[in-house]
Amino acid sequence: MAKRVLLIEDEPNIIEAISFILTRDGWTVHTHSDGETAAERVRAHPPDLLILDVMLPGRSGFDILRDLRAGEGTAALPVMMLTARGQTKDREMAMRLGATHFMTKPFSNAEILAHVRDLAGG
Amino acid sequence: MPPFNALVAAAIAYVAFLFAVAFAAERRAARAGRSAWLRSPLVYTLSLSIYCTAWTFYGAVGYAARSGLEYLTIYLGPTIVMTGWWLILRKLVRVGRSQRITSVADLISSRFGKSTPLGVLVTLLAVVGVTPYIALQLQSITLSFAVFAENAGGEAMDLGGVALWTAAGLALFTVLFGTRNLDANERHHGIVMAIAVEAVVKLGALMALGIFVVWGIGGGLGATLEAIDASPIAEWQQDHGRWIGLTFLSAAAFLTLPRMFQVLVVENADERHLATASWAFPAYLAAMSLFTVPIAVTGLAMLPEGSNPDMFVLTVPLAEQQYGLATLSFLGGFSSATSMVIVATIALSTMVSNHIALPLWLSLRRPGATVSGDVRALVLVARRLAIAGLLALGYLYYRLSGGGEALAAIGLISFAGVAQVLPVMIGGLFWRGATKVGAGAGLTAGFALWLWTLFLPGLGTDAAIPLSVMEQGPFGLGWLRPQALFGIEGIDPILHCTLWSMLFNTGLFILGSLLTFPQPVERLQGAQFVNVFEHAAGATTWRQSAAQAEDLLIMAQRIVGAAEAQAIFQGAAAAQGKAGYLPDVTPEFIQALERELSGSVGAATAHAMMGQMTEGVSVSVEDLMAVADEAAQIMEYSARLEAKSDELERTARALRDANAKLTSLSAQKDAFLGQISHELRTPMTSIRSFSEILREGGVGPEVQSRYAAIISEEAERLTRLLDDLLDLSVLENGQVVLNRAEAPLRRTIERALGAAGSRAEGLRILRRPGEEDIRVMTDHDRLAQVFINLIANAGKYCDSARPELRIEARRAGEAVLIDFIDNGTGIAPEHAGLIFEKFSRLSDHARAGGAGLGLAICREIMERLGGQIAYLPGQGGAAFRVTLPARPLGGA
Repeated sequence: MAKRVLLIEDEPNIIEAISFILTRDGWTVHTHSDGETAAERVRAHPPDLLILDVMLPGRSGFDILRDLRAGEGTAALPVMMLTARGQTKDREMAMRLGATHFMTKPFSNAEILAHVRDLAGG
Repeated sequence: MPPFNALVAAAIAYVAFLFAVAFAAERRAARAGRSAWLRSPLVYTLSLSIYCTAWTFYGAVGYAARSGLEYLTIYLGPTIVMTGWWLILRKLVRVGRSQRITSVADLISSRFGKSTPLGVLVTLLAVVGVTPYIALQLQSITLSFAVFAENAGGEAMDLGGVALWTAAGLALFTVLFGTRNLDANERHHGIVMAIAVEAVVKLGALMALGIFVVWGIGGGLGATLEAIDASPIAEWQQDHGRWIGLTFLSAAAFLTLPRMFQVLVVENADERHLATASWAFPAYLAAMSLFTVPIAVTGLAMLPEGSNPDMFVLTVPLAEQQYGLATLSFLGGFSSATSMVIVATIALSTMVSNHIALPLWLSLRRPGATVSGDVRALVLVARRLAIAGLLALGYLYYRLSGGGEALAAIGLISFAGVAQVLPVMIGGLFWRGATKVGAGAGLTAGFALWLWTLFLPGLGTDAAIPLSVMEQGPFGLGWLRPQALFGIEGIDPILHCTLWSMLFNTGLFILGSLLTFPQPVERLQGAQFVNVFEHAAGATTWRQSAAQAEDLLIMAQRIVGAAEAQAIFQGAAAAQGKAGYLPDVTPEFIQALERELSGSVGAATAHAMMGQMTEGVSVSVEDLMAVADEAAQIMEYSARLEAKSDELERTARALRDANAKLTSLSAQKDAFLGQISHELRTPMTSIRSFSEILREGGVGPEVQSRYAAIISEEAERLTRLLDDLLDLSVLENGQVVLNRAEAPLRRTIERALGAAGSRAEGLRILRRPGEEDIRVMTDHDRLAQVFINLIANAGKYCDSARPELRIEARRAGEAVLIDFIDNGTGIAPEHAGLIFEKFSRLSDHARAGGAGLGLAICREIMERLGGQIAYLPGQGGAAFRVTLPARPLGGA
């Protein structure tokens, strides 16, 4: 059965691009674009890998991650964080909160694919 | 046998010789300034021999004949003090020099805050304590004359008459010697020199007699030693209590006797002399006591029973027909007695004049009377009268005590009396916590107990104290019996007095000091005394006349500051018709200066300082400087502290503000950069991703063209963002060039609607074109840019099912208002304040499609146009009001 990736991102074009790349590689991709309800969504259907944007409407990616790491079922969930702000302190914050990986936009398709395979165990 | 008259002539000739020595030394000191040999350690050491009085010269032999080796205790005490000189003496001398101490009374008074009562108390104690001692000298001189007279076989002499003439002669001599002039240092070069000569005569006479006794009579050293072994002196059992007690008393008296203080401290020219004297003086004492026992033994063996052993020094050579030796011995004894009387009365007269006569005179003068130059004359008269009075007292004591007692017994009464000063002296030098109250209590108790237990009974049986009181106590109170206090009987009277008086003296001194708190001057003086080695040992001489003006200037400078003090002095000098900075010290000038100084240190202090500086009272300049320095330093320090803390607070405030500003700026910059980064990277992510997909191929043509469209769209978004950023930057920096023109608003609105184009698609515009016919003088391109933004925002954000935008323009006084109101849900009040900030996008990106710079740009444009843009609450939907001045600012 194909591994499931949940992408939480609010930019429609980026959602489309990542979905295309991962689907083509054989992953099942679900998307969600609202920060406020994202954590609920993850807990309801825990994916094999979560790709989480930092700047989301309603609630920031950091808050969502903190929430997930505190919950029992999602404490060990592989989470790849994305940000377009590209500041060092964002990376530090993400790692401190327990992100499995952190990527700065823009990225190459090969790059994101390699990390997804790595984190979700191919 | 020399005739008696020849002896008197020899004595007078000797006195004349001493006077010449003193006169020459005085002249030399005055002319040469400082003759090295006058101030040599040798002269200093010899001057200390003032300790060896007639008591030592005559009395030691008598003491040895009566009590064996106990006489050595009288030498043991000073030897201990001198060899341990660095412990107490060095400090005493340093304090004496740095504080310009003139006497023991001055030392105690000065230490405890210049206390007048303490000065009086110590002076009284010293006068009463030394009186028996002076009587002792009179007695010994009288006795020595009597010995010669008896030997000559003449009729019985009137001893009282001899004593009276001796006292009168000595008074005259001392007045001539000691009070010829008033030396502010209280130093007497002439006297010191004369004493040094006398010291040599004393020692020479005793040595000559000793050699004669051992080798002339005794038949050599061995035989003499055998004779000593055989004599009753060798069998004397020494009383350990008396040994310890008498050693202590002699050590204490060595430090506290007024004449010893005079030569040890006041006449000390150089502190280093102490180091020499520390071994030389004990050596002198040893030499003085070397032949005491042989003379005593020989006298006991040779002379008939009942001979006065105190006079062996004279009677032994007389019995051997050695008249020359006897005369030398007489002169030695005479030297011992006269030198003691001279120095003691000088020291005491200084105390009496400074601590009793002057304060009395000052308090008797009418307050406010100006200081006259008569003080010096007054002091001299007071001292001369004091000298005469002291010798009269000594004579009186001699007559009262009957003149029959052993010399040593009288001397010890004096020792026990002056020793009462010791606890306060030592405490004052080493204990900062010692207070005036404690000192007064201790001294009073010691003084009273000494009077009661030793001095009054010593005046003679049934003389001052009735026999009944001696035996049963006053009012029958047995425990108050003078020589059996608290019922403890059988102790030697000297020890009894020493024990009780010292116990109560020291105890009350310590207790009183612990229970009271020292006053500021006491604390200051205490610090100066106890920490004397920590202060620089600068000893500037305090002179009258020109130096006085200079000293006043120095003091004034320390109080009011250099510039102001110099101005005061220069002004005063000019008023007197003098150039420079040193006016004559006239009463007018003193009053004026005091007024100036009182502004800085308060009236009372200024008055006291000026009074002491100008009245010639024996207060040192250093004292006043110390007070002035301390006051100035404290004032300066507190002023500096105040200034510092103000400055610190200002700096801290400035730093806090700067930090807050920086933090805020930094946070703003961070946020701004983060926003720009985000706005740039987001479209770039899509562009990069889709272009890679396209390059890799393998996608259908439909998808291909869709992805290409996305790439193009995102590129446009990037361009728009850059345009906005540049636009905003130009507007914010004020570099914008406005093209003002007069045109009706209607045209500008229509232009904006046309330009908004697709972005206002589906939006129904409601206008009242008739009211838009307002001509305004402005940059219509920029105004249109604002309008386009507002129309596009309504198109983007109006969430009504049938979106509408009402555009209403009208005049309101001096302003033109254009409102843009849509029919959506509007903006929540809490966000209304943020919408004009950069990147303040309230909704999600998908619907915005911009970077959130639009309204920020609008605000900047309106500011440049001299108008404003504001969010208008309470209009149903989102409402913006653009305000323009009806006439443009600045004309143009």
